[in-house]
Amino acid sequence: MTNHPVFTDNDPQKETITLNLGPTHPATHGVFQNVLEMDGERIVSGVSTIGYIHRAFEKIAEHRPFYQITPLTDRMNYCSSPINNMGWHMTVEKLLGIETPKRVDYLRVIVMELARISDHLICNGILGVDTGAFTGFLYLMEEREHIYEIYEEICGARLTTNIGRIGGFERDFNDIAFAKIKNFLIKFPPILKEFEVLFNRNRIFIERTSGVAPVDPETALNYSWSGPILRATGVDYDVRVNEPYSSYQDFDFEIPVGTSGDVYDRYIVRNEEMWQSLRIIEQALQKIEKEPKGIFHANVPEFYLPPKEEVYNNMEALIYHFKIVMGEIETPKTEVYHAVEGGNGELGFYLVNDGGRSPYRLHFRRPSFINYQMYAPMSAGMLLSDAIINMSSLNVIAGELDA
Amino acid sequence: MGKISNQQVIQSLTLKFGDRISVPNEPFGLLTFETSVDHISEVLRSLKEDKELKFNYLTDITGIHFPEQELSMGVIYHLHSLSNNVRVRIKVFLDIKAPHIPTATSLWEGANWMERETFDFFGIIFDGHPNLLRILNVDDMTVFPMRREHPLEDPNRVDKKDYFFGR
Repeated sequence: MTNHPVFTDNDPQKETITLNLGPTHPATHGVFQNVLEMDGERIVSGVSTIGYIHRAFEKIAEHRPFYQITPLTDRMNYCSSPINNMGWHMTVEKLLGIETPKRVDYLRVIVMELARISDHLICNGILGVDTGAFTGFLYLMEEREHIYEIYEEICGARLTTNIGRIGGFERDFNDIAFAKIKNFLIKFPPILKEFEVLFNRNRIFIERTSGVAPVDPETALNYSWSGPILRATGVDYDVRVNEPYSSYQDFDFEIPVGTSGDVYDRYIVRNEEMWQSLRIIEQALQKIEKEPKGIFHANVPEFYLPPKEEVYNNMEALIYHFKIVMGEIETPKTEVYHAVEGGNGELGFYLVNDGGRSPYRLHFRRPSFINYQMYAPMSAGMLLSDAIINMSSLNVIAGELDA
Repeated sequence: MGKISNQQVIQSLTLKFGDRISVPNEPFGLLTFETSVDHISEVLRSLKEDKELKFNYLTDITGIHFPEQELSMGVIYHLHSLSNNVRVRIKVFLDIKAPHIPTATSLWEGANWMERETFDFFGIIFDGHPNLLRILNVDDMTVFPMRREHPLEDPNRVDKKDYFFGR
């Protein structure tokens, strides 16, 4: 960490200006405060202050049954909440030893890849806005809206989705949902292509982003970076490939990596990942065709809430409903770590269970929190305008940062 | 899954540390062992710098509190060997009266905020940390909120008692 010189304002030694960037600055897209020492336009040093929207999710999770923790995970990375939800379901399924059917895995892959696209869309769109190009952002936002409409068709919600249940989904994808996904696969590629034509070879954009905040792989690994920003430095670490979950091993896709780890590389990596996500969704749709229809959850009545009409008309369903809600089902006393590739990197759930109804301890390994700690040290020596686009290319989400 | 199996890691570890680490177990395939506060720096350093194992990626540091244990404060490290694609979990338990543990920031810069978070919520003091201040909670907070004795809800509420939650 660089030295952060602190001089009072009337100290004759003070030759720098103290600037509060944030917590509510229009260029930082969230509640981030950085106290910067500025020498003209250049940052001498900085200190990040975080925790403005800390909501004690880990403490709350110790007092909630497993199925009530899903809405908490929504509110971490709210740009791709389905990935968080699925990561949490898979953690619990790993703990309980639930095997999900292939069709459920593929449905989950579709939802997770749509979430990844919407996460990268907003990051790259905002990067355009911060470099002075509003057009691309507007083009892309319409497509994010279409992704949200797909979520809405699946689970009824748009941003904080609470999608899926332990063991699968709460209901099957209906025909409209599949039609919307297929429509998205037709409509989205030309728009992404247009976005790339606007940016990839744009002289102004390249001059503005290329060579800004380059990071070498050793430093990135030393700071425990993960996700697209780590891959932009040239390290090919992706949880989907290293430890395939939800049947990712069945899919054929590539992991794009960059070379210099600068803002331009991160942009390119994210764009390329969107193309790969589209490939995965297409394959998933084909694979689902071959699976038996109508399966959308594993057969685990001890943990999967039965439909309401069965609770009223069927004795067994009533018993299971009661047992699930009152938490009278034994769970293994052990610990489990499960990681998924979130929009920003390795999203890990470390769950210690004592056999009770709620976790004994639940820790979220939040990629934004870990990625962001390099921000202040790496800003030293940078122009303020470069530091701004550096922050938007890190894609730090305040909800995930502060949990 | 990994290029080297857990057995190889166990073999290499017992060769190096002998009885300074506990007998490893593998919940859900993730190699887990305990060590003591005196040896944690050495264990982390040699795991990171081992030419064969190469646990060069610090995934996470977090804490845990078991009030009924004699050494009640726990620190849990998750390391990952990216080239071998294998993970390991290391636990250290400390006395709550003096929860001191050497910092890992000299090995990984990324440990900085993870340790600050653990300090903030559990009050575990990482000796040698460059900037061990509260990070997510307000600076003038006097307690460590993730310790078990701190209730989540208003204690006067009767509908949120622990026995409603299976314990």
